[in-house]
Amino acid sequence: MIEIDSITKSYGENTVVDAVSFVVEPRTITVIVGTSGSGKTTLLRMINRLVEPSSGTIRIDGRDNREMPPFELRRSIGYVIQGHGLFPHWTVAQNIAVVPKLLEWDEARIAARVAELLDLFQLDPELFAQRYPHELSGGQQQRVGVARALAAEPNVLLMDEPFGALDPVIRAKAQEDLLAIQRRFGTTIILVTHDMEEAILLGDRIAVMDQGKLVQYATPTEMLARPADDFVETLIDSGERPFRLLSLGKAGDAVEPGDADGPAISADKTQRDALAELMWSGRSALPVESADGARLGRITVQSLLRLAARPAA
Amino acid sequence: MKAGTIIRVIAFALLVAFLVQPYWFEPFFALFANDGAPAIYNQGDLLTLTLLHLQIVFAATVAAMIVAVGLAILVTRPSGSEFLPLSRSLVNIGQTFPPVAVLALAVPAVGFGAKPTLIALFLYGLLPIFENALTGLTTLPKPVVEASRGMGMTSLQRLRKVELPLAAPVILAGIRLSVTIGLATATIGSTVAAKTLGEVIIAGLNSNNLAFVVQGGLVVAVLAVLIYDLLSALERMIARRMGRGEPA
Repeated sequence: MIEIDSITKSYGENTVVDAVSFVVEPRTITVIVGTSGSGKTTLLRMINRLVEPSSGTIRIDGRDNREMPPFELRRSIGYVIQGHGLFPHWTVAQNIAVVPKLLEWDEARIAARVAELLDLFQLDPELFAQRYPHELSGGQQQRVGVARALAAEPNVLLMDEPFGALDPVIRAKAQEDLLAIQRRFGTTIILVTHDMEEAILLGDRIAVMDQGKLVQYATPTEMLARPADDFVETLIDSGERPFRLLSLGKAGDAVEPGDADGPAISADKTQRDALAELMWSGRSALPVESADGARLGRITVQSLLRLAARPAA
Repeated sequence: MKAGTIIRVIAFALLVAFLVQPYWFEPFFALFANDGAPAIYNQGDLLTLTLLHLQIVFAATVAAMIVAVGLAILVTRPSGSEFLPLSRSLVNIGQTFPPVAVLALAVPAVGFGAKPTLIALFLYGLLPIFENALTGLTTLPKPVVEASRGMGMTSLQRLRKVELPLAAPVILAGIRLSVTIGLATATIGSTVAAKTLGEVIIAGLNSNNLAFVVQGGLVVAVLAVLIYDLLSALERMIARRMGRGEPA
């Protein structure tokens, strides 16, 4: 659990983070969204003390993050930055091993962990372990950056616009991978982005920041249903709202008994995908099947339209 | 092997041959000698002089490197940044002082011989190394520096594992300049009785023997070119490994 308790950071007259408080539940993803200059990155950097707050406290699992020296704190927290920041003079394996080395793990344990992570991120150790960062594609560099952050098995992972430099196709894949990894390790993730779509896709909770202040802290559904003010409303883009709401639900959750013609949709697709398929194929109902191919029922346009309506207060 | 490499290997072979067996080259240098004058330097061993020449340059460069890089490290730390203007002026003074003037001032203090030459070369070598080290340490890629902090390296670990290795090619370029200047400048050390290749040139000038001047000058020039190229190659190798250098 991460408790952010009335954190303020000012540079002279200029207050960039203004009395922000919220609590991040363990094993969840919290996304901090804001425009540039909203203080979102500064807030993130105060968690691992790359920036020291002017006032307020941050507690990680109940302990004030100022209890230990900054470098020790940072070794216990994963950190991914925009533009990956891989060490150009080290191989992929050496890059991933940075924090375990700093923590003085023994060689065998480090090697095993590096191999495990390369495997997990679909980078063949044979092929990639000894390469240098400049020999990798943008997507591969990004994956190595995340692998490096996770190397010492941190409970908390901070990500500063981790997918900002990726093209849309690779970004979608990277986001999926992140969700899978979060489920697997149960890491508490705080991610900063300016992209509300990304926030809705990844976040269990979203914190919207504007001019240093926390404007709203809520689940994606709540935020879509009841944006706190005009700024949040602009960010979530009301024209996109029903579709974003649908993108939060799985097709499997909207299944009703019955059957329909034509190709089926998998239950783990989003309801938005289901609606798109219905509209595109001109059908009014789609069969839904589970991952192993069993028929679960059908999904109809009417039910999706009901789900896309503004949630009751 | 590329043409450039072949030329360098030949140049090196000729240099070694000349230093070990100078009389093989007598017919060539005789072209420059007056009738009856010796064509090959005969007041000392050329190989010994060359090694002493290299030794003085090497010692001065190592000392300049330690001081200049140390100073650059100091003034790029947050606690040392206020010393930046002061160190810049100090190092600049070292460069603006002509080496001859340094020799003239140093001799009364430390006597004749290698010492005043060492001092002059040291002062003259500081600036290129300092400025390059400063550039190297202040133009590191921001995300990499940020990552090294974020990963939990102490400031010493950052310096040792990230900042110095990444700045190495630029620092090395400064050392290369300093060595090249030092190799040429060391010859004037012989005016205050330092044992360098300057002896050969000065002997030639004193006895109006062009052959001496040419052989002293040629040895210094070939040494400078070869060492310059060697250090350039080393830089490229390091830079290429980091994906910064242009493909060779």
